[in-house]
Amino acid sequence: MAKKLMKGSEAIGEAAIQAGCRLFFGYPITPQNEIPEYMSHRLPQVGGTFVQAESEVAASNMLYGAAGSGARVFTSSSSPGISLMMEAISYMAGAELPAVIVNIMRAGPGLGGILPSQGDYFQATKGGGHGDYRLLVLAPWSVQEAADLVQDAFDLADFYRNPVMVLGDGLIGQMMEPVEFRTERVPCKPLPPKPWASTGWRGDRAKAIINSLFLDPEVLEQHNRNLKAKYDAMVRDEVRFATYGTERPYDVLVVAYGTVARVVSTAVDNLREEGVRVGLLRPITLFPFPYEAVRAAARRAKAVLVIELSCGQMAEDVQLAVAGSRPVHFHGRQGGMLVSPEETAEKVKEILKQTGKEARRG
Amino acid sequence: MQNDVIIAGFGGQGVLLIGKLLAYAGMRDGKEVSWLPSYGPEMRGGTCNCTVVISDKPVGSPVVQHPRAALVLNLPSLEKFEPMVKPGGLLLVNTSLIHREPARSDVTVVKVPANEIANELANPRGANMVALGAYLGATEAVSLPVVEEIVRETFAGKEKLVTANIEALRRGHALGAEAKKGGQP
Repeated sequence: MAKKLMKGSEAIGEAAIQAGCRLFFGYPITPQNEIPEYMSHRLPQVGGTFVQAESEVAASNMLYGAAGSGARVFTSSSSPGISLMMEAISYMAGAELPAVIVNIMRAGPGLGGILPSQGDYFQATKGGGHGDYRLLVLAPWSVQEAADLVQDAFDLADFYRNPVMVLGDGLIGQMMEPVEFRTERVPCKPLPPKPWASTGWRGDRAKAIINSLFLDPEVLEQHNRNLKAKYDAMVRDEVRFATYGTERPYDVLVVAYGTVARVVSTAVDNLREEGVRVGLLRPITLFPFPYEAVRAAARRAKAVLVIELSCGQMAEDVQLAVAGSRPVHFHGRQGGMLVSPEETAEKVKEILKQTGKEARRG
Repeated sequence: MQNDVIIAGFGGQGVLLIGKLLAYAGMRDGKEVSWLPSYGPEMRGGTCNCTVVISDKPVGSPVVQHPRAALVLNLPSLEKFEPMVKPGGLLLVNTSLIHREPARSDVTVVKVPANEIANELANPRGANMVALGAYLGATEAVSLPVVEEIVRETFAGKEKLVTANIEALRRGHALGAEAKKGGQP
């Protein structure tokens, strides 16, 4: 297929359709309304169904129900709406159902604002809903990558029988970039049959019962252990990250994800031109987090800088990875304010000055 | 080589549209592009803007704090973006609606009476096209025929609009090209 100029939100919708998703349940919220809008006109064209629910709570429970049938199902929302979906997401994780949830983050807490943010990192990667569960969390940095990751998300969800979240910010949703959909796409995981799907019982097999209630503690503990084994497999097999400018020696390693990493990549180019040695590591999976890669990359630097559109959430995972072997600095913008390449460069230079002073003192 | 521009004006002046046309044309020209709109709680009559990046290599930051060019169609946009333009950059001013002189002396200022020209052409809503044409003339960010091709496709089936908008583009282009040669009229 030829390259098309598309808004991130539209590309996300089209990617879901290309991945074979024919069911969307959602409720409008800025800045991701273009996703349901796109699905509402595209799904009927391909024999699918679009439902605008009465609320995010309803939409997410429709998702839960439809996922139980084994169909590829999808919803999207933005931060406050995702909060409302957390109960159903926990149930889907407990009932081991595949589903794809896109969160185009806006600034919070509460209703906050409608501008870009990365304030939902904790919610996405550390739970959000109740109970001992994990979501696979994918963070695109471009419209093309958003389209690719949404398609992968459906494969990963089916493979692991687990909800997968694609975590973007308002920029990814709103900006337009060229996108190409591969016509002959190979799934990123083998797609297992779905004998667990509740598709109507005709007496020819065991009943497929979808449930997240286990009142016997021994049974529930075994269930928790099975889930844990699945999350461990994700940690072992699904870590994804990318680097920029780290093939050359660097003094400062910047860690950033999503569109912020795009901004940082420009800062890396500009700083390199000035002779400042800096590199970027960009986690693509936020769960599983690339702890090993960050640890190894940090060892080759004098200091680490984490940049986020939050007060410092991924920074905690970077600190865990670096484990005190290098100083970890943080720079964040909040409220919908963006970080610029110039601001990034300034911060890097500041850190270098500080590191130089400490080295002389030491 | 990278061209980046912030296009700003009142909601309804068509600043997002000409940004999209520019991005489409850049892509058609084989370049890497990004188009990023401001999407605050805006309404018709409020100010809005978009950032377009056209580059020979994959676009890094789609967010540009100091653009190589700013195309401002109204006074609030001049106030906001004049200080942002990179030294040595381009400031393209719609003098039909902006009646103060730009203060910067370290940027090239191109003055375009976009609304007057559009009115002359009996296409009063084409001021944005005049401005886009002037930007293309002054920067050659994308060649004019490619942009014309995109205009034809975008307004396909509306022959009158196509003709009027291409005329507006060309008038603007001539102005911009002349200014580039140093002969600011």
